[in-house]
This record gives sequence, structure tokens and C-alpha cells, in this order.
Amino acid sequence: MSNKSNQAKGFIKALPKNIFSGLVVSLIALPLGLGLAMASEAPPIAGVIAAIVGGVLVSILGGSNVTISGPGNGLVGVLLIAIATLGLNSAYAAIICSGLLLIVLGFLRLGKLANYFPSSAIQGMLAAIGLIILGKQFHIMLANKITRANSVDYLLEIPNTIKQVFLYTDSSLTYAAIAGVLSLAIMIFYPKIRNKYLQLIPAPMWIVLLSIGFSYYVELVLKTPNPIHPQYMISGIPSINEIVTQLPTPNFSNVFSWSFFSSVLALTLIASIESLLSIKAVDKLDPEKRRSNVNKDIKALGLATIVSGFLGGLNVVTVIARSSVNVNNGGTNRSANFFHALFLLLFIMLFSTQLTRIPLPALMAILVFTGYKLASPKKVISVFNIGKEQLIIFFTTLIVTLKIGLITGILAGVLVTLIIHFVISKNVGLFLKNILKPNVLMFKEEGGVGNYFVSVKHYCTFLNYTKLKQKLDEIPENKEVIVDFSLCEFVDHTVMENLHSYQELFQKKGGHFDVTGLDMHNADSAHPFALRRVLPVAKIFASNLTRRQNTLKALATDYKLVFNTKKVKNTSFLNDYNYFKTKKINFIYNQLSDNANELNVFDIEFSEGEFIAKEVVRSTMLQFNLEEQIPKFSIDKEGFLEKMQSFTVVHDIALKNHPDFSKRFLLTGVDEIEIKAFFNDDTVHFFESNPYYHVESKGNSVLIYQKERLASIKELKAMLNFGKQLKKQFSIVTKCTTF
Amino acid sequence: MKTNPFDNIGIGVTFSPNLNANLNAVARLCIKFNSKLTLIHVGEASDDKNEVFSNLLKPFLANGLQYKVVFKTGKPVDVILSVSKKNKVDLLVIGALKKENILKYYVGSIARKITRKAQCSVLLLINPTVAPSPCKHIVVNGLKSPKTHQAIESAFYVSHHLEAKKLTIVEEISQHQVHVNVEDDKSLRKSTIVKERIQLRENSRINKIIENIPTVYKSKSNFTTQSIFGKSGYSIGHYAQLVRADLLIMNAPNKTSFWDRVFPHDIEYILTELPTDVLIIR
Repeated sequence: MSNKSNQAKGFIKALPKNIFSGLVVSLIALPLGLGLAMASEAPPIAGVIAAIVGGVLVSILGGSNVTISGPGNGLVGVLLIAIATLGLNSAYAAIICSGLLLIVLGFLRLGKLANYFPSSAIQGMLAAIGLIILGKQFHIMLANKITRANSVDYLLEIPNTIKQVFLYTDSSLTYAAIAGVLSLAIMIFYPKIRNKYLQLIPAPMWIVLLSIGFSYYVELVLKTPNPIHPQYMISGIPSINEIVTQLPTPNFSNVFSWSFFSSVLALTLIASIESLLSIKAVDKLDPEKRRSNVNKDIKALGLATIVSGFLGGLNVVTVIARSSVNVNNGGTNRSANFFHALFLLLFIMLFSTQLTRIPLPALMAILVFTGYKLASPKKVISVFNIGKEQLIIFFTTLIVTLKIGLITGILAGVLVTLIIHFVISKNVGLFLKNILKPNVLMFKEEGGVGNYFVSVKHYCTFLNYTKLKQKLDEIPENKEVIVDFSLCEFVDHTVMENLHSYQELFQKKGGHFDVTGLDMHNADSAHPFALRRVLPVAKIFASNLTRRQNTLKALATDYKLVFNTKKVKNTSFLNDYNYFKTKKINFIYNQLSDNANELNVFDIEFSEGEFIAKEVVRSTMLQFNLEEQIPKFSIDKEGFLEKMQSFTVVHDIALKNHPDFSKRFLLTGVDEIEIKAFFNDDTVHFFESNPYYHVESKGNSVLIYQKERLASIKELKAMLNFGKQLKKQFSIVTKCTTF
Repeated sequence: MKTNPFDNIGIGVTFSPNLNANLNAVARLCIKFNSKLTLIHVGEASDDKNEVFSNLLKPFLANGLQYKVVFKTGKPVDVILSVSKKNKVDLLVIGALKKENILKYYVGSIARKITRKAQCSVLLLINPTVAPSPCKHIVVNGLKSPKTHQAIESAFYVSHHLEAKKLTIVEEISQHQVHVNVEDDKSLRKSTIVKERIQLRENSRINKIIENIPTVYKSKSNFTTQSIFGKSGYSIGHYAQLVRADLLIMNAPNKTSFWDRVFPHDIEYILTELPTDVLIIR
């Protein structure tokens, strides 16, 4: 009972955070919902309905924690075809049926469906969906609406449309195109600007706000009609009353036709794959390191899809970009998803007329950006880096998906992967003979530490990966695991990639995940699927340091430090800092450290958010170790935003005799009494008389940084100096008092 | 427990290139276990054949080997089974075949039939050699079955006589026993607890069996228990292969039907890919 009431207390305490985060997510969900629905040729409101229904139902019934549900990118391609071939009302029937099928999958514990597909084929399929979205919406973004039979034709028309823009005689079309290009620019440049006030509103919402603002400015200040062509404005946003009274009637008359059946199948497949991939990615971002119940989530998504279909909405899936925005804004439980839906409902109730002031090209620019992100050249390069054969799988899936359809595309990808495996291993029998064998053995080594040992026999590819996954899922992530492939003759890229993500997961949750026994495979004709493919290409020129690196080198000799330019991927010493809980560290580089390795200055690259909300940040940080334990705390500059947050999200510890310090700095931490004792007069004066730094202590080690960008040499010197003095200060305090 | 469970060891012999190695291996075994050797040959009796056998076994006679040769014509499977029954053979030794080029062993069709139908214990040797090779590590199954008692007893007996350094009793825990599907943190915790409980229960069951084993057999070898998670019957082979065990001791299967071969389980798995020498106790 006390446990329950504790939970309730925690829930209520976390509520403000989640309401705030839900608000921010709804700001990105509104334009995306409208855009995704329009890209699928459904009424714009359908996307918002899906988000509202999904948010309410999945937050109540789902099994994941910080995910956001709503209309997904991946489904645009399928819905487009479904609506084109079946008509809108039959498409709603297909959506409802796919929801039913999803529930069935959930009950059969087949949430793992996506595990049966090679990851390069899934990548290829997602890229194809990206190209479908990009190809179609690019023309609308430039105010040149065209209709073509095939998604490839849309892509081929792109140069033509660009030419067309400069030939518009109708200035209203030119204005529409300008709105589109400006919006695209906002989407592209927004992640590059790190300003916390600007970042509070996601880029898509800026587009909405700016275009509505512009429309009012023209109407009220200039008193002229909107210069953008009325055909390129969003039309038909119904008010809430109309939505409720004019429910569509799903048409189930052609349930038994092939086109209906294939649409349902494709919708279900893509919905489950997209949701699963998103849940997996979001679980890695969860600051509380919880594990999602995939099957429960799939059931909830299925139910939400059915309800959404009846109300005239699209399929409901778990979406990655919105979920990552949720995590970054402090969402901690499912209530954030609920509030996101609530805020969306509020927007529709209050501002449905204002939404018609958004130019269509501006909204489509968001989708063009989304499509580009799905099919970006970076994706192709990363697939190529894994191996040439992965590129064959990728492009086969991509081209077949574009030319024929999603289901055929993914099947082609599976087939090509199989053939490639047969050719590379030169041993078809290995696959056929052992397909049904339970090839995975797991045991906990008796005595001692009790490591989990997992041994895999015969072969391990996408065909039988679930057997390995099932065993790995049974291991708590804070334990030590050794996965041994020495009895295994063939391991494919899909497995290696998944193991890599397990490795990350275990590292984040405090465990250890080791893969052994692949050395032989490498010796054997340089095995293409081995994880160690990430080794960088040898540099042609031995020394090609940048100017900054050269200066750092000089600085290192000056300060008697060791300078290392290499990218270091093992950043486990940064794992326990709160700051990195919702961030993914890519690597550290340009490391300056003293001989004893106690003081450490480095450049770091980390990323925040996923997919279109992804922001890659490079920054310079300083870290030092302490001999004595000090309390865990963090200090930040207290600005307006932090003041606001201190009401909702975090609790600022106030020091009694230092009101000025408390006003200027945001001091947070769990153990308030110890922290108060630690911050004696000297320490407070030290902080007050030095420039602002973000300082975080995790007990025996301290992290310092100033700005979320690389520091100049001067700033770096100052930081080094500050770090040294802070270390001295801390050791003085610990000598006087023990913690 | 009988004073000598392997009083009479039988082996089917043909004039193949393996004959010398097979005879050497089985003769060494007979001396270690202090048992009589029965050579079963499918075919007509002749002095030539007898001479070949006696030449090959001559070095062992000095160490006290007693052997006899039984000749009988007929179908190999029937002959070997009937002769071993008539002569009260306790342990039938069968040499496995080695697949060309690959380090994998499988049991030929005749040997398989014998393994399934034999009324006595069966030892499948994957790699009989002329020179003696030490037996360091023995793995034995600890399945929850009335036959396990006998298998573990025999394992201790064998490890005592072969002077094995290590004996591991493996309890196979299948997914059905755990009952909990891991889906989230809560079910993971639950399944971890259930597993630990099963492990404790299995360990105490095995320990009870071990308690009843004469201390003479327990003194020399170092025995441990190990729980593994996997498909029962298959995973123990996988485990034996992984830890490079020299001998795997298993319960005899319950009567197998046609369907057991189509959807293999337990012993059938082991027969398709022999991880090491296998002793099946009946």
C-alpha cells in the first residue's frame, strides 16, 4: 500500500514536468499531424485526430513510458495508395482493420515482427518512404501542384519544378513558393542555433506561428488580401462541432478485394515496424532507464487505430521525433503523451480558424525535410560503410518499393539478403538444416560474479535473430553479459547492429555487454558483417591537424599536458552525469589531460533528440576526479527559463545566508542537507567571484562546461584555470568536513 | 547400485580402417572399468578374423583383459541387439562417423537405430584413437526424471574410474518452467526471481541425489552444478561442446516415435550433431 501511495506521490510530483513537455510536443505534433494527413491526401484534421486519440488511449493502456503516439511518417506512402485506390471511406475501413490486426499481433506476442526483417532492407524501405514523401511534396512546396502516376515520376519532375518557379507569372504563386523555401530554411537551420528561448518552440511550430503572424500582419496592418494564392492555403479545417457531428462512415463493402487486403497488410506491417523501431530508440533515451512492454503498446496502438479510424483519423503509431522532443523537455511518464493530446484538442477547439491561415507550401516544407531525413545521403553512406552487399539490399528494397509497392519491396529485400547470405557463406545447407534448431544457449555462470553467458551455434541472421533476442531480453541490463559466437559460422549485419544497440543499452543502464568469438570470422576473408567495421580509414597524411588543434598542441606543451586528437568512443566515465541522461554521446576528441589523468579537458560531440528533431552538438568540457567523496549536485546559471522551471521541473536549493547566490545560481541535487553543508561561505564566495560555469558533481568526479559549443582557446584556458581552482577549493572543503 | 554397472562391454566390429582405433579405445575402457569385452561381428566365423582380433588386442591381455568374439549372420542392427541381449552386455560401444572436412560428427543410420532400440547403456565415441587420451571433464544431465538418479550415479562411477578432474551436473531449465514472459521491467524482475527459485529447487534436488552416492566415488573428482536455459536435450549438447567436455552422460530417452524424428527433441538432437563422446545410461 505504501508503495502504491509513493507511486502516486511521485506521479503527482512529476505532473508539472509532463504537462510542460506535453505542451512542447503538441506544438510539433500539430503541424506534423496536419502535414502528414495532407501528404496522405486525407483531410488535414485526420492527422490531428489520430494524435489526439493515440495520445489519450495509448497513454492510458500502453506499455511504454516516454513515447508519443500519433500519425507516422512511414504510413504516408501506404495511406496514399490506399486512399487513391480504395477511396477515403474504404481507406478508413482499412485503417480500422489494420488496427484489429495489430491487436491480434499484440496478443500473439508478435510485437517483435520487425525483428524478422534485415535491417538494411528496413533502411531501404524507410528511405523509399522518405523519397515518396519528398517527391510528392516538393512540388507543392514550390507551389507547382502536379499529378503523376508513379512516385518515381514525381522525383524525376523535381528539376522541372525548380525551373518552373522562376517562370511564374502569377505573383501569388511566387509568394507561395517563397513561403515554402523559407520554411524549409527554418527546418534546416533551426537545429544549428542553440538558444534556449528559441528552442522552446519546435521548428515546425515556428513555421506555423510565423505564417499565421504574417497573414494577420497583411490583413490587419497592410490591409491587403493575403498575397499567397488561395489554392495554396490549408482549407477545410473543421471546428470541433463539425468533427463530432460529421463522422465519416467507413465503407466495408470491398473488404474481400485484393487491394483492400494488401492495404490492410501494408498498414499493419509498416505501423508495427515503425512503432517498434521508435520504441526501441526511445527506450535508449529514457532517463529512468525503463523497459517498454512492446506487446502491450502494440495492443494499445491497435485499439487507438480502430477508434481513430471510426472518428476519421489515420493510423496511430509510436513516433520517434516527437518522442525524443518529449524526453528532451523533461517528460518522464505516459501522462506527457496524454497532455500532448489534450493540448492538441485545445488548439483545435480554440484555433481551428487560425489554422487555415497557414500556407500549404510552408507545411509541406516540413514534410520535404522529413522525407529528406529519411532518405538522406548520410544514410546511404552509413549503409555503404557496413559493406557493399548491404548497399545491394538497400537499393533493391528502395527501388522495388518505389516502383511496385511496400510489401513487394520489403519481400524483395528479404530475398536479396537471403541470396547474398547463401553466396557469401557458400553453404546453403547451413541455413536450411539448422533453421528450426534452438541454437542459443544461455546460462548464468555459477559461483563468483555470476556473469550471464550466451552461446550461439550454427548461424545467426535475421532469420533466427528472435531466438537470440528472447534470451538477451531475459537478462537484467545492469548485469554482465558475454555473447559468444565461437561456435557460430555466420553472423549477419542485422544481428551485429542489434547487438551494438544492446551494448549501448547495457552501458547506459550500468551493465556490461561483451561480444566474443568473432576473431576467427574476421580472419576468414575479412568478414563483412563484423562490428569492427567502424575502424576509421587510415589517414593519407600523417599530420593534418587543424589550426585549433595546433594551438591546443602548443597549449598542451605550455601547460605540461598530454594532447590526444583521436576520437575516443568509450566515454563511460561520463555515463552517470545527469546532463547526459537524455543525450547520446558520439565521441570525445582533442583531449588534454595531465599525466595522472586527473584533470581532463576535451571536445565532445553528442546528440539530442532523434530524426527530424535531432540536434548534434559539439562542446568543450572539463572533467576532474576527486580523492574524497562530495555530495552529488549541479549548479547552473539561473535565468528566466530556469526560474520558470524551478516552479515546475526542478527544485532550487536555497542557501540561507546567501540570497545573492541563490538568486544567481540554480543549485539542484537530491541530498539537500549534505549539499547545504558542503556549500560553506568560502565555496559560495568562490562561485560568486568566478564566471558562470555549469558544474555537475557525481560524487567523486566533477564535470564543467560553459556553453553548448566548442570553446575558443582563450575560453579553454579560462576553463582550465577555473577547473584547477575549483578542484583545490573542493579538496579544502572535504578536508574540513567528511561526507 | 551394482558393484560394477559395466560388467560386460560389447562392441560391434567390422573390418574398417577404424577397427584398430575402436578396439584400442574399448579395450582401455574395459581395463579401467575392470569389465569383460564382447566383440560382436556380423558375418561368418573364420580363423583369419579371429587372428586379426587377437593380434590387435594382444597388448591388453597382459593387463588382464578378458574377451570373447561372437559371430552371427543377419541384419547388423538385429544381430548386434540380439547378441548383446543374449550375452548380457551392459554397455554397447559405437563409433561415430566423422563428416568429411568438417569437424562435426554424426551417427550413421545403423548406429542410430541401435541407440534407439538398445536395452543397455550405449557409448558413442566420436573420435576413437589408438593412443590413450585423458578424460578431463564430464558433463551429466540433471533433468527431473526418475532415470536421472541412475545417470548421475553412473557419472560419478565413470568419473572415478576414468579419473576425470571435473564433473558438471547440468540442469536444463526450459521456458515452460519459468512461466513468465519477459515484456517489461516488472515481468523481468518476476522471471529473474522465478528462475532463481527454480535454480535453488533444482540444486537441492540434485544435492539429494549426490548425498546418496558412495563417498568413494565423490572423493577424486571436483563436482559442480550448473543451470542452463534452453531447449531441453539440445542445450546440454551445446553446453558440453562449449565447455569442451570429454564425455556427456545422458538419460535414455523415453520410447521415441516417428514424429520425434521429424520434430527432433532430447536425444535425437544429440544424435544429429554429436558434441563429444556421449554415454546414454539405461
